[in-house]
This record gives sequence, C-alpha cells and structure tokens, in this order.
Amino acid sequence: MFTQFGKYILLLRQLFTKPENLSMYWKETTREMVAIGIGSLGIVSIIAVFLGAVTCVQTAFQLVSGLVPITIIGTIVRDSAIVELSPTITCLVLVGKVGSNIASEIGTMRVTEQIDALEIMGVNPAGYLILPKVIASLVTIPLLIMISMALAITGGLVAGHLSGAINYTDYLDGIRDGFIPLLLVVAMVKAVLFAFIISTVSAYFGFYTHGGALEVGKSSTKSVVYGSIYILFTDYIVAQVLL
Amino acid sequence: MIEIIDIKKSFGEDEVLKGISTTFKPGTTNLIIGSSGSGKTTLIKCMVGLYDTNGGDILYDNRNFSEMNRKSKKEIRKEIGMLFQGSALFDSLTVEENVMFPLNMFAGTTHEEKLERVNSCLSRVNLENKNNLYPSELSGGMKKRVGIARALSLNPKYLFCDEPNSGLDPKTSIVIDKLIYEITQELNITTIVNTHDMNSVKEIGDNILFLHQGKKWWEGNKKEIAHTDNAVLNDFIFANNINW
Repeated sequence: MFTQFGKYILLLRQLFTKPENLSMYWKETTREMVAIGIGSLGIVSIIAVFLGAVTCVQTAFQLVSGLVPITIIGTIVRDSAIVELSPTITCLVLVGKVGSNIASEIGTMRVTEQIDALEIMGVNPAGYLILPKVIASLVTIPLLIMISMALAITGGLVAGHLSGAINYTDYLDGIRDGFIPLLLVVAMVKAVLFAFIISTVSAYFGFYTHGGALEVGKSSTKSVVYGSIYILFTDYIVAQVLL
Repeated sequence: MIEIIDIKKSFGEDEVLKGISTTFKPGTTNLIIGSSGSGKTTLIKCMVGLYDTNGGDILYDNRNFSEMNRKSKKEIRKEIGMLFQGSALFDSLTVEENVMFPLNMFAGTTHEEKLERVNSCLSRVNLENKNNLYPSELSGGMKKRVGIARALSLNPKYLFCDEPNSGLDPKTSIVIDKLIYEITQELNITTIVNTHDMNSVKEIGDNILFLHQGKKWWEGNKKEIAHTDNAVLNDFIFANNINW
C-alpha cells in the first residue's frame, strides 16, 4: 500500500513539470473539458433531478405531522442537495463514467506503446496525458455539481407539486429559509477534492497498466472501486473538519 | 554512431542482457536478431532509455546517454525516431496529426511549414492523400508507414524499429524493409532494426547482431551470415529453410 502511495505521489510530481509546449497542453485541456464537462452533463442532470425528486417525496412521507412546518421539506431538499447529494452522488457517478474512461484510455495507450512513443519523442507522458485531464476535471466537475444542485432543488419542487406533497409556495419558502452559506463552501471544497481524486486516481491506475486488454479492464475497475472509496473517505473527513 | 558497452539488464533474478557491446555506424541498417526471449526488445528499450540498465554505457556520438539526467536525455530523444511493433499511432489523431505531433511539440515553425514537412514525410513513405484518415482506417502496412513518417518528421539521427514486419504479409514486409533501408542511406542515419524476419536479414542487413541467451553470440553482415559455422546461429537462420 505504501509502495502504491509512493508511486502515486511520484506520478503527481511528474505532472507538474514544465510543459514542452503550452499551446498543445491547452488544446488538450479544452478537449478534455468538453469530454468531461459537456459529455457528463446529461447523466449528471438526470441523476440530479431524480435525487431532488426522491428526497422531496420521501421527506414529505416521513414528515407527516402537524408539529413540523411543511416548508421544512424544501429546506431539507436544499441542504441535502447542496452539502451531500450533489457533490457526493454526482462524483460517485462521475468516477464510474469519467474515471473509468480515463483509466481505460491511458491504460490502452500504455499497452499499445503509445505512452512509450511519447517518451521517445521527448514528451513527458504523465504531464501531457494526465495534467490536462486533472485541470479539466478541476474546472468542469465543480460546475457540474453546481448545475446538479440547481437541478436537484428544481426536481424536488416539481416532484413535490406533482405528488401533492407540497405546493410551490411552501417549497420555495423552505428553500429561502435559514440558508447557511458555509454549506456552499463545503460543497465546493468537496467538489474540488473529488475532482482531483477522480482524475488522478484513475490516471494512476491507467498509467501503471501492464499487460493487455484484460489488465486495461482491471485498471478501469480498480479506478472506480478505489476512486469511490477515496471519495467517501474524503467526504467524511471534509464533513468532520468543516461542519 | 551509437556505441553500446557492456550493457546489462535484469528483471528481478532474471538476467536478460549479460554484457552486450557493439557499435552501430551511421548510414548502415543494423539488425538485431535472435529467438523470442533472447533480449532484442530489451536491448532496444535500454538504448532509447525506456528501461534503465543495470550496467554499461550507451554512447550517442560519444555522448554518454546512461550518465545523463532526465533533461539531457530528453534532448537526445529529439534526435531519435522509433517505429514500434504495433506502430503506436495515437488513435484519436488523424494520419496528418500523428505525423505533425512531434513538430507541434518541438518545432518552432509555422503551420504551413509543418504541413509541408508532414506531406513530404508521407510522400516519402508513399502515403499521399491519406492525411485525414484515422489509424483505425489503415491497414497494418499503412500504419507502419505512418509510424515511419512520424519517426522521420523531426529529421532523426537515429532510427529504431522494433519488429517492423510483425503481422505483415511477405510482400508488405519487403516494402517496409526497402523503405527503412533507403531512408537510412538517403539520410545517413543510424538505423537499428529488431527483427525475426530472415528475409530482412538477407535483404537489408548491413550489420547483423545475433543475440542468444542475453549475450552477443555473433556479429557480421548479410554475406557472412550465410556462411557462418556458428551452430546456434545456423540453427536459428535455417529454421525456415530460406534459400540463401
């Protein structure tokens, strides 16, 4: 485990060496931003809407009591979406979509000697292949999470109205009630950390793939498993430290 | 000129290269032959720095590659072109973009100049008008030729080819061999080809290095190899009854 961690740190160190050609790195970064950001927008949106909807309906079901104001449903959906559901669930989905893609792409490049070809050309393969993915993830994943938050709250609004659990006015009152800005800060800290984990952990497993197609598949699976565990672990640490 | 002196390489307990020394001269096509597991690919990968050696020196025109730091090695690598066994073309790039890649990375020229260079390299390997195809749309022989064009794009002084004929039919193999040989002569570069193909030995072997059990077993040229009395080498080259 310590060897793996050491190799991971050494790989990170290789990322932050001087790029051979900044414009090539920039071109690659923008391409990755489109692939990761725009490419994940659909799935993130669908998940966010349903997360908000389910949270709203289930909260309403559990709070059938005259003692609790109905507006609390909106508040709970808002806080759950901002502080936990959007950052964590979205990133657990992204580690499956983006992370496995990064691991298999880099792993395939490794087993087909494309990474060796880069090295022979005098290009730093870790820098050229991984750094743009890390930067693209750090930029686009927090944006996706912000979109996810908005859609989850909207999903709750629509589901609450359609199910008759709560009307628009009460839900919106709940949304506006007692908002703590720190939750947004916590969510963004999580988003950035999760984005870093998704991109670097999966790149690590891809970069150190040895063998053939079977090992590429294994690397991809490992990236999802380890990425998910690290995300959940980091989620707990951030909650413990910041809340 | 590339000189290797007493190159050793082990993977754990397994000693793959047991002290190999030789000189590869410019303008010559040097073939490294040997059975599977004899250390051919390991030797090439040590020479280009993909593997660290466990001992010995690699001199590129008297510059000791083994003792260089990462930055200096990168500079030497800009003088190296390499054709990989599976061509190692970048799947997401077109033929033109693949060949232009090293130029985009390192050549400080305009796009038009780069394009001119790309077209001249592609034309040299007889692949005109294939600029916009992706590697998945190319045959095995075409991929190898694009690999050669990419290796040539930065005007290398040293060209390494790892099993250039693997997976190719005999006719295409001859085309690739001929191409490598002609390019070596034209550009006066030092070419090192790692091969199993006895036709290549017969046709383009200016200098042939036979590896066996991690050692240099024999060295000579294509004329000498046909008349050698080295039993292990004879066993290897006459395994497929080639008529010399």
